[in-house]
Amino acid sequence: MSAAARRWRPPPLIANPWLRLAIYGGGALYLALALGTLQVNWARVAEGLVRGWAFIAAFGNPDFTSRWGEISEGMVESLTMTVVATALGVALSLPVGLGAARNLAPLPVYLVCRGIIAASRSFPEIIVAILFVKMFGFGPLAGMVTLAFATIGFMAKLLAEDLEDIDEAQVEAVRASGASWPQLMTYAVQPQVLPRFIGLAVYRLDINFRESAVIGIVGAGGIGATLNTSFSRYEFGTSAAILLLIIGIVMVAEYTSGIIRKRLQ
Amino acid sequence: MLRIRGLTKTYRGGERAVDGVDLDVPRGQLMALIGPSGAGKSTLIRCVNRLVEPRAGTIAVDGAPVTGLRGGALRVARRRMGMIFQEFALVERLTVMENVLSGRLGYVGFWASWLRRFPQSDVDEAFRLIDRAGLGGMHDKRADQLSGGQRQRVGICRALIQNPALLLVDEPTASLDPKTSRQIMRLLVELCAERQLAAIVNIHDVALAQMFVSRIVGLRAGRIVFDGAPEALSTEVLTEIYGEEDWNAARDSEDDAGDAPAHAAANRLAEEAR
Repeated sequence: MSAAARRWRPPPLIANPWLRLAIYGGGALYLALALGTLQVNWARVAEGLVRGWAFIAAFGNPDFTSRWGEISEGMVESLTMTVVATALGVALSLPVGLGAARNLAPLPVYLVCRGIIAASRSFPEIIVAILFVKMFGFGPLAGMVTLAFATIGFMAKLLAEDLEDIDEAQVEAVRASGASWPQLMTYAVQPQVLPRFIGLAVYRLDINFRESAVIGIVGAGGIGATLNTSFSRYEFGTSAAILLLIIGIVMVAEYTSGIIRKRLQ
Repeated sequence: MLRIRGLTKTYRGGERAVDGVDLDVPRGQLMALIGPSGAGKSTLIRCVNRLVEPRAGTIAVDGAPVTGLRGGALRVARRRMGMIFQEFALVERLTVMENVLSGRLGYVGFWASWLRRFPQSDVDEAFRLIDRAGLGGMHDKRADQLSGGQRQRVGICRALIQNPALLLVDEPTASLDPKTSRQIMRLLVELCAERQLAAIVNIHDVALAQMFVSRIVGLRAGRIVFDGAPEALSTEVLTEIYGEEDWNAARDSEDDAGDAPAHAAANRLAEEAR
């Protein structure tokens, strides 16, 4: 003899069946309509495909030599911008991040610091770059300031979140020994967040390098400017050489940052 | 030595975690504070070193008031009170030596502590304590590489290097297995006797407390309902502190104590998985 089998299904995400149907159905309908409005000019696509192919073919035959002077100059400029911007941004993100951690900062400081983070994060680098190019003129200074500005928002936000997640018991224990506030920060808080912070700083370094290529296109100096010039001259061999160099450098940075992070844990 | 009068702490929401407690602990006395979870044991000892701000009442150590102090004066007062924690509360990424020396932070300046340049006398004392606690040679191990019992030994060293007059001990054995629990309690008793320290030990394990301390205070809903020798802790008293339960059955089986460490171990695993 056995009791009737009790069936079980995981509870649905949206409990009300009508609402569920309406949301899923509405989503599907919108997707179908949206796809319907896409107008694809197939002739233009075919034409572009040829050009795209020429570009991809150039990767098999990158031209490092004919514009080497400009490439190396752009690369050095980009790397300089990246390193300076990262160092500056990380240094400035420390006080901002500390102020944006609700468990460590009083409310007014918290609000100001969260405001700085929001301002820094709400604009994409390219738009900030356009603004700074207008302010400082063409060249790497504008790019450096842009990247530093973006770095502050990125690092401060992640630092603040780590700080809010720290183990309070460790802080309490150090406080109980009669430690002062700076001692509390360096003994109980810093060890808990430092490895990840350094890992993030290295990660930001390679983001900044990649971004330096993008913002160069709007005139903020670096390899992006060289890349843009090569595109407009249809020198795809040179473009391919630049892109390969960027990929190589990003991969080296990625690999190095992996090693550094592992060592720090 | 420690003198508490009319101590009251109200949390948001209005319930009184500690309600008008009067308590004196003389020099050299090891006192156990027992009571159900939420009776206010942790709150009470945290009021003593002002990690929790009491709402009313006075606390004095060796006649010097602790309540009302601010800033530097409060930090000086805290140096006189060592604290030992349930989950050890070591700074996981620092070494054993750094954790022990962090007990001296109230005595050394910021730059000296930041550069880890502690006075040689502190370092000597740290080595002596580490050896005394049975951790000889482990001073450069990181705290997260130690077992539970070893971590609590580090916690004890950190509290003692403060050269305290009073130890505040919050559930020192709740995360440990029964054997390690006894070893830790024995170490605490010995060290307190050597240094003539007063100590308040919050503890859930009544049998363990009876084995090691000379005085037991029972707390229920923030009020002291028992204060006496361990032998005086009768079934009626336990019922008064904890509520109705078959106490003799509970006393016979030590297995109950096994639940707490298992729970703590599960917590630690969850921590590591993050």
